[in-house]
Amino acid sequence: MSDTNAIEIVLNGIGASPGICIGKAYSVDKEGVDVVRKYFIEKGNLPGEIKRFKAAVKKAKDELKAIIKNSHEELRQQSYILETHIVMLKDKMLYGRTIETIEDERINAEWALKKVVSNLKSMFQNMSDPYLKERAADIVHVSDRVMKNLVGAEPVNIADIRKRVILIAQDLSPAETSQIQLEKIKGFVTNRGGKASHTGIIARTLEIPAVLGLDQATRIIQNDDLIIVDGTAGTVIVHPTEETLVKYEERKIGYEEYRAAITRGSYLAAETTDGFQLPVMGNIELPEEVVSVIDHGGDGIGLYRTEFQYLNSSVFPSEDELFDKYMDVVEVIAPKPVTIRTLDINGDRAIAPGAERDEINPALGLRAIRYCLQNPEIFKTQIRAILRVAAYGDVRILIPMISSCDEICETKRILNEVADSLDKEGAVFKRDIKLGIMIEVPSAVIMADVMAEKVDFFSIGTNDLIQYSLAIDRGNSEVAYLYNPLHPAIIHVIKHVADVAHEKGIKVFMCGEMASDPIYMPVLLGLGLDELSMNPQSIPAVKSMVRSLNIEDVKLFMQDVLKQTSATAITKLVEDTYSSILYDKIYHE
Amino acid sequence: MYTLSRDVVIINELGLHARSAAGIAKLAQNAKSKVWLIMGEERVDASSIIDILSLACSKGSKITLKIDEESDIDILNEIIELIKKGFLE
Repeated sequence: MSDTNAIEIVLNGIGASPGICIGKAYSVDKEGVDVVRKYFIEKGNLPGEIKRFKAAVKKAKDELKAIIKNSHEELRQQSYILETHIVMLKDKMLYGRTIETIEDERINAEWALKKVVSNLKSMFQNMSDPYLKERAADIVHVSDRVMKNLVGAEPVNIADIRKRVILIAQDLSPAETSQIQLEKIKGFVTNRGGKASHTGIIARTLEIPAVLGLDQATRIIQNDDLIIVDGTAGTVIVHPTEETLVKYEERKIGYEEYRAAITRGSYLAAETTDGFQLPVMGNIELPEEVVSVIDHGGDGIGLYRTEFQYLNSSVFPSEDELFDKYMDVVEVIAPKPVTIRTLDINGDRAIAPGAERDEINPALGLRAIRYCLQNPEIFKTQIRAILRVAAYGDVRILIPMISSCDEICETKRILNEVADSLDKEGAVFKRDIKLGIMIEVPSAVIMADVMAEKVDFFSIGTNDLIQYSLAIDRGNSEVAYLYNPLHPAIIHVIKHVADVAHEKGIKVFMCGEMASDPIYMPVLLGLGLDELSMNPQSIPAVKSMVRSLNIEDVKLFMQDVLKQTSATAITKLVEDTYSSILYDKIYHE
Repeated sequence: MYTLSRDVVIINELGLHARSAAGIAKLAQNAKSKVWLIMGEERVDASSIIDILSLACSKGSKITLKIDEESDIDILNEIIELIKKGFLE
């Protein structure tokens, strides 16, 4: 604004946390860390060089300790990462090897450290386990801190920020985000990272706008530059003109009003302009989350994931333990429905207590209903708890990973057996509980007409269904770009399932991530979904979008969508037709 | 040379990940001599968190802990206890 020579620059990245902020940039770029000089050390000076390295490590250790001590309470649970970093500092693979390298090659500490770290990085990146792969980032964070001390770079102390700023960084490490004084930060902008990155998660938790993955942000944006961050659209505007500023000030006010309005409106039903009411439910994992579903105006629980109790202990939970947890949910939300999904232990969430197995391809392995049918005692314990709790509310049972009709028959046989034995014991329970299956395997889509005759409802799990249908591992960054819910094959798959279900007179729900994005509502309503379930925070925005749509319009719109042959064309069609409605709602333009 | 070893199965969900490896390394660093962590053919220094991570021990893996000096027996037992308790996670 004050700099009249500056030209407005618009940068596009990943909108990782919605909202708009306008303010001064504060760059925490680790300049000097990335550019390291190499030089040789005289033999006599080697002890001095090693001492210099040790001092840098010691300083890094003290810094981390201070960070842990002063970290914000909300972020305290992350401090274990920092404790791990402290242990890593003195690790012989890092610490010992760097000293050896200084001695053996007679090179400066910076260069030796850089060499050791790059070897370690490649070792971790070659690992197949995605979790371990990630650990390379920890080593980089640790060594960056030592490197900063070695090169004497101005210590970037986020904790010292005194004014309200927008943070600009290459990437923010857990150590850095835990030092942030939250009330001082208006927004985040980083070169690296995406929606699922540490910074992205923190930003969403704190409801601070963030645009990540901008590549050049730290190069283009200077300290004290005036910038606009639009976390909803994923854009950053540097040196905005007066005109742009006015526009975004208005958008910002509009967005804040929108947030307030959808929150206020979250208790209203999601009813289209022509009177169709769509139940909008919440997904939960912990019983405590049921409160969040109620607060966000959820019409019930569309997906209660039950793995948590199994994953957090070394023994299987007892029937009474399960019953108590389920009761916590059913009691609080009654008379609204609760959909309990039976155990879906799978590859990316590790295996059950007692299992000793290493599967090459866990996504296609022994998981969910397959695991339960092979371990009927574990399954029966859970079914008993569910049937008992069903006596106290509107409980439905949902079976994951169904890929054949036999699995449904076997499940029903077990359900009956369990009900008989509960009956014999004189227990309080409900026998005729609604039984549904997850549609997430392509074979279930193909057999949907037969399966629909055997169950009371379908629930489409889009995350797995898309992954299995398109043969894309979302966690693989090489192919993740191909993952698109608007792929024509996916649209046709959902249409087939919905049409078949309605023909057979059963309802079809959706509980995957696709159900949580307002922009997909025209498609999902057009395809005839009967109920959606999502993370509780998404409920107000989805309800608000549904209220602005009209069933007749979206049905017509679907005819156009079904004619498209590519994901790009469908995405464009959806955006051209509906993004103005969505953005009008957000920005009141 | 005196040697003593004990076998243990990893029971915590994530296996030997950063936090649990740090727990082992912290204890092993107090040993007077070496503490080895062995899985299959591979043998690493238990005082190095990065070394432990490189084994990629998942839940259910059977590992052996071995010490070179009898005086480190308490440390060995402490590590075994920690693993058996699933790192108190």
